[in-house]
Amino acid sequence: MSDVRKTIEAVWKMESTRLIAAIARVTRDVGIAEELAQDALITALEVWPEEGIPSNPAAWLMTAAKRRAIDSLRRGRMLMQKHEEIARELEWQQQQLSHALDHALDQVIEDDVLRLIFTACHPVLAVEGRIALTLRLIGGLTTAEIARAFLVPEKTLAQRIVRAKKTLTEAHVPFETPRGDELHRRVESVLLVAYLIFNEGYAATSGEEWMRTALCEEALRITRILTQLIPNESEVHALLALMELQASRIAARRGKNGEAILLPDQNRALWDHAQIHRGLHALAQAQKLGGGAKPYALQAAIAACHAQARTAEETDWECIVLLYDALMQIYPSPIVALNRAVAVSMAQGPAAGLEALDAATERSDDSKSKPANNSALSNYHLYPSVRGDFLMKLGRLTEAKEELQRALPLTQNQREQELLKKKLQQLETSSDKTKQDAPDSRS
Amino acid sequence: MRFMMIVIPKGYESAAPGTVPSAEAVAKMMEYNKALQQAGVLLALDGLLPPSTGARVSFDNNGKATVTDGPFAEAKEVIGGYWIIQVRSREEAIEWAKRAPFDETGIIEVRQIQEMSDFPEDVQKAAEGFDQLNNNTR
Repeated sequence: MSDVRKTIEAVWKMESTRLIAAIARVTRDVGIAEELAQDALITALEVWPEEGIPSNPAAWLMTAAKRRAIDSLRRGRMLMQKHEEIARELEWQQQQLSHALDHALDQVIEDDVLRLIFTACHPVLAVEGRIALTLRLIGGLTTAEIARAFLVPEKTLAQRIVRAKKTLTEAHVPFETPRGDELHRRVESVLLVAYLIFNEGYAATSGEEWMRTALCEEALRITRILTQLIPNESEVHALLALMELQASRIAARRGKNGEAILLPDQNRALWDHAQIHRGLHALAQAQKLGGGAKPYALQAAIAACHAQARTAEETDWECIVLLYDALMQIYPSPIVALNRAVAVSMAQGPAAGLEALDAATERSDDSKSKPANNSALSNYHLYPSVRGDFLMKLGRLTEAKEELQRALPLTQNQREQELLKKKLQQLETSSDKTKQDAPDSRS
Repeated sequence: MRFMMIVIPKGYESAAPGTVPSAEAVAKMMEYNKALQQAGVLLALDGLLPPSTGARVSFDNNGKATVTDGPFAEAKEVIGGYWIIQVRSREEAIEWAKRAPFDETGIIEVRQIQEMSDFPEDVQKAAEGFDQLNNNTR
């Protein structure tokens, strides 16, 4: 790629959100706004390599978008009728449109950007549509980039975006910031989208390394923007804290062959301590706003306990257990129950951990509130692997082996499979030893 | 990727102690800082007092330190402050630098920050020692 093209791409990523937001204020349709902005980009790609990058690229792109808007208005109208009256009306409309667009960019109020984010994350859209549209409209990513990040064919992703835009138009989703109770519900949807984007980058084990980092950074950037736009929503700060604290460990969680390195074994010097500092600051902000007991804040507080421990042994597991207790109250899920049991085992030993895990399984398997009991902890793939771990530590090796073997086919993730196989091997060697040393030590 | 935008104000090498930017310059700068913040790219920023209040510590080939108080007669360019930004490309960092509210009296040097993961394994191991050092001094 030429240098000019790279610069244009950078300028586009910087300007596209505000440009689309400003146009959408006039057109009231995000899909049309994005097409006009895209047209402006195409013009820039033709003109800038010849004439150089303009000193105010945002204004330049807006002017180009405005020309396209007037062109399409004229074309649409001319086809209908060539009556003189229509022509006069058209001229008036053109002036209005031109005037409105001229002013839109001068006074892009940050509210426009916020409206754009809320629209892209609207609950009327399927979650995957929200994610794609957000990366496209707020992240300035190309369809090809998003497709690569989510390992789907470019065509599929392009269709996903077209469908999402069509749904917004058909549902007459207004280009506005929700108010009152609606605001909280909509903020939740925006935060969910941001966190899903983050996790796609953080948890994925396939795909290109740079893309995974890019997704995490993009989610962080969107959430930082939100802390500026809706500074009084405590969970926005809490989610930022959670992401900063998790992302601070990125450099430490993979070995040189890409193998997963678990928290206790990580080289903590590789943690990004400036990022931890930012995470703690954001968490303090959430707590100051009175949101310390909300779901993202509790998860961030747990991440903070880990981040503040200089060695794995220094981890304040008692505190983590209390935070998981609170999280179970408001946000019960199999993964929370499982993590709580792990924390209990670290704080009070493997026997207590096993007890907590088995108690949680009974609770979750007994609850018949959900028709298909998919939320049951025992169906969760990490469950047998953690239970096996506890049993191993308790010296109940035969049972441990059974659990680990049960876990093996439940995960498709190659790295997790490797970890499990490694543990099973350890079990083989230690049970051989046990047989030799003390044949009846199992009792 | 993270970049440091290093500010090199002309004449700052000989600025008197207590030299501060004008209210007008600060107002423009705040507007720029706000733009960085609203774009979600700003991680950190600081301004530095003039070198006349600072000191340079240099070493001879035996590692013996010599302290020279500022201002530093031989210095042609000194740092006045910095921003740390997280952006998607080197080009984006340069674009941000181009938008700083400066005139002919200021230069911005754009430099990418080295990530720990860029270091080879042996260097990472050495850093692990640093962590333990931290524990010992607590």
